[in-house]
Amino acid sequence: MTIDWFFILEKIALISGVLAISLVVAMYSTWGERKVAGIIQDRLGPNRAGFMGLLQPLADGGKLFFKEEIIPGNSNRFLFILGPSLAMIVACMTSAVIPWGDTLTIAGRTVSLQIADINIGILYIFGVVSLGVYGIMLGGWASNNKYSLLASIRAASQIISYELAMGLSLIALLMMTGTLSLKEIVDQQRHGGWNVLYQPLGFLIFLVCSFAECNRTPFDLAEAESELNGGYHLEYSSMKLGFYLFAEYINMFISSALMASLYFGGYHFPYMDSLGWDPNIITILGTAALFIKIIFFLFFFMWVRWTIPRFRYDQLMRLGWNIMIPLALANMLITGAMVLYRSNAQ
Amino acid sequence: MQALTSRAKQVDRSPMTFIEKIYLWNIIKGMWITFKHIWKRKETVRYPEQKRPFSPVFRGLHVLNRDAEGRENCTACGLCAVACPAEAITMEAAERKPGEEHLYREEKYAARYEINMLRCIFCGFCEEACPKDAIYLTETFAPANYKREGFIYGKPDLLIPAPGEKKKA
Repeated sequence: MTIDWFFILEKIALISGVLAISLVVAMYSTWGERKVAGIIQDRLGPNRAGFMGLLQPLADGGKLFFKEEIIPGNSNRFLFILGPSLAMIVACMTSAVIPWGDTLTIAGRTVSLQIADINIGILYIFGVVSLGVYGIMLGGWASNNKYSLLASIRAASQIISYELAMGLSLIALLMMTGTLSLKEIVDQQRHGGWNVLYQPLGFLIFLVCSFAECNRTPFDLAEAESELNGGYHLEYSSMKLGFYLFAEYINMFISSALMASLYFGGYHFPYMDSLGWDPNIITILGTAALFIKIIFFLFFFMWVRWTIPRFRYDQLMRLGWNIMIPLALANMLITGAMVLYRSNAQ
Repeated sequence: MQALTSRAKQVDRSPMTFIEKIYLWNIIKGMWITFKHIWKRKETVRYPEQKRPFSPVFRGLHVLNRDAEGRENCTACGLCAVACPAEAITMEAAERKPGEEHLYREEKYAARYEINMLRCIFCGFCEEACPKDAIYLTETFAPANYKREGFIYGKPDLLIPAPGEKKKA
């Protein structure tokens, strides 16, 4: 068997591209977060570094790299460093199965704008995302600080509780599409309309759960500053803290991409198939459409954050177990009935 | 019970309706409110370029005044120091020597005149107490400093420049 070097080269280029894009998007999400916060509070937001404060993320990064690194005396050094690294790695890994666009034809080769089109795409995402809890847990545990530990335990139980509802809401979608491959799910929406039209309740549950999974307000119990002095990253300083915060933004980006792909047609845009242009141009336009959807969801994340106050912990748990999971189950039941009815009607 | 102000509002304790219990509707309402703020006027003052105008009664940093001929008004009577509730003003008097009539208006003058800006509460009582119209409060405020000593303002910091003399930075 010969090795297809072009294939490897193409994948390496794609991986570095996607990695670079997710890092840049995460960087500018921090800028966007402050800009949105400013606008909602009738302020200007960052406007000093560069035009409209666009160099602000670079300034922040520089500052974080040069700050003093503090590792608590009685902490487990290895785990303390492993925590933020794990959070970062896990956040970056999920982007592998998201289809960023259709296929490009370059010099007779068909290049798919997806790093890996695996049959179990969604399962892979769930597997990797649930690893993310280790980053938070290790950070809280290794800090040797009871507040950090409390916060990380809260985060862990929150993420596990909401992952259940998230998975159940997705099962309804999977029953409808009959595939776990993200590429195929997107392609089905290309011909049959966006999934959000058929699964509005499922989308709502998925949306709420991804807020909880990303530890975003109103579910940012893991870093409840006012109750826990800052949360699981209380003892972290300099870039190790930066990695934790950065991982949150990458997670936001990935879950926005996931929501756009699963429920809003991914790289599909209206009248995509009837334009009759060069397929390469259509692909590029499709990728742009996907990014517009992603940016909307990122804005939505920030918009919600600066509108709604934080939940109380028991409210959060009650919402997860008593409302979200039964709702997701009901949604599953209705979808199952519909699928059964349709297959018998034909 | 009679309301204390006209703004008093009765608390609504009626049980929540179904829509309110779902909470989602209220979230949407709240998000609409925050969304509307995109078009609101921004209150930010771009500080180094724009400065917020002071009110006409603003009391800032002190100056020691001179008269029309450039002589110091202060006669070191100490009334400002007595009037000062924060005891921020210290002064030492000295007697005017012959030949110094162009420097000091009265026979007595302040050889040392210090205001501790960390103690000063900018009440303006010194200004009111001064019988010679020597001390005034201006519309500037004390700039930041790294050392406590930097906040003790002596005569060189307080005196307004004499005609034809440039003030030291």
